[in-house]
Amino acid sequence: MKKIDAIIKPFKLDDVKEALNEIGIQGMTVTEVKGYGRQKGHKEIYRGAEYVVDFIPKIKIEVVVAADQAPRVVEKIRQAANTGKLGDGKIFVYSVEEAIRVRTGETGLDAL
Amino acid sequence: MKRWVFWAGGLTLLTASPALAAEGLDTGNTAWMIVSTALVMMMTPAGLALFYGGMSRYKNLLNTVAMTFVAYCLASVIWVLWGYSLAFGPSRGGIVGGLDYLLLNGIGVESLTGTIPTYVFLLFQMTFAGITVALVLGSIVDRMKFSAWIVFTVLWVTCIYAPVAHWAWGGGWMGAMGALDFAGGTVVHINAGVAGLVLSLVLGKRVGYGREAMFPSSIALTALGAALLWFGWFGFNAGSQLAADGLAGSAFLVTNTSAAVGALSWMGAEWVVNRRPTVLGLASGIVAGLVAITPAAGFVSLPGALIIGLVAGLLGFFSVAKLKGMLGYDDSLDAFGVHGMCGIWGALATGLLANPAVNANDSGLFFGNPGQLWIQTISILATAAYSGIGTLALVWLTRAITGGLRVSRDDEIIGLDGSQHGERAFDIQMS
Repeated sequence: MKKIDAIIKPFKLDDVKEALNEIGIQGMTVTEVKGYGRQKGHKEIYRGAEYVVDFIPKIKIEVVVAADQAPRVVEKIRQAANTGKLGDGKIFVYSVEEAIRVRTGETGLDAL
Repeated sequence: MKRWVFWAGGLTLLTASPALAAEGLDTGNTAWMIVSTALVMMMTPAGLALFYGGMSRYKNLLNTVAMTFVAYCLASVIWVLWGYSLAFGPSRGGIVGGLDYLLLNGIGVESLTGTIPTYVFLLFQMTFAGITVALVLGSIVDRMKFSAWIVFTVLWVTCIYAPVAHWAWGGGWMGAMGALDFAGGTVVHINAGVAGLVLSLVLGKRVGYGREAMFPSSIALTALGAALLWFGWFGFNAGSQLAADGLAGSAFLVTNTSAAVGALSWMGAEWVVNRRPTVLGLASGIVAGLVAITPAAGFVSLPGALIIGLVAGLLGFFSVAKLKGMLGYDDSLDAFGVHGMCGIWGALATGLLANPAVNANDSGLFFGNPGQLWIQTISILATAAYSGIGTLALVWLTRAITGGLRVSRDDEIIGLDGSQHGERAFDIQMS
């Protein structure tokens, strides 16, 4: 099993969700996060006082899938979240040891 | 309000024997003044509290509202106990009113001031005292001890506001000299702006000023506050005629025009300089235009209002965005930048643009009376000097009474809502 963390632009969440639904991904966990990379922050000016906003709001999506599915999921997320501009985000892939469904106790791929 | 100067001398007589009042009660005027008083009242706990509260940081929003509310409450009580008497009692050498009306002594249901009940007149004036002291707090939000603010408010309304109101409107020397201040350019705005500047200089800068980002908690609240101020200002300026007549209508007209033009010119300046028109800029421009037209409202015609509003928006923007940075003081919400600077402009503009077609006895430089500009300048300098020096003395006195003016560094960083009041404005926190 692989866990895929994708940090994307907030307004791209619906596109990514639909793209994953198309290839049969049944669930995901979403978190509102803040951060910066190459995009850096932006400037806001209030009555002449300039403030740099370093941490930009992003969405983090976490999905766990079968290992052989992972490359396809990553590609789908990348396509759906891409605007071609700085700040589109990053995708990280990790190995997952075990998954357990709380209600039934099923484990492994059955729990996904 | 200039008309009041001529009544002032006769007030003792009027109140003592209302039946002898020359003009008698006018129900139309009285109805309008009761409405005006309620309009001006709303400007403080609603208009100013939201305008200032939205500009302060999320952790200090409630403290800003609390300071505004308590300022209005204290001024209300002080005014009826001794403030009104100090401002509008029989003049003692043109400097201050006597204590004849202590606790409103001698004023009753039948008492008249001009054509309206004295009760209505003194309540109208009370709302001015309330907003003036509340304007000062814009300079010092985010860092002043609540107890120190309370002591300062009591001292300031008593020792600064009441005498200056007496000078201009209560039969004092400034009105006698012929200074034109229709609704409070010197008494309200220059007075409050200079006091705020002095207070902010003594208190010092906020922790992190110039290094940390200090975001306004809610520009939406500030915009709503500006709208309520604008609405209430019709009572402030058109009500200052103390009558429901043509001049009140003229004051109404120029007030709205100046506010609108002020908003547009501030927005335009910002758009050119910073590449974006902001809502905070629009809201600030409205207030700048309103401040500047205040002393002139009963004296200038429509072209005058257009000029006053245009310059007010540009001057306000320059004062807060450039001048403050150059001089390096931390006037948190720009009480001096907006009220002080635009108040000075309005008082000078009255000396330039007063049009005898509006108010027959009063002309400015552009209408053949250059002396008026000089009189206006003296009234500005005298108000600024008295407010500046007097406020400094009162700040020291306050510090002695409350054992310091500022909250502790830790309390300031936590925020005054939590550290002073144990409350939070929102159930959210921004990082």
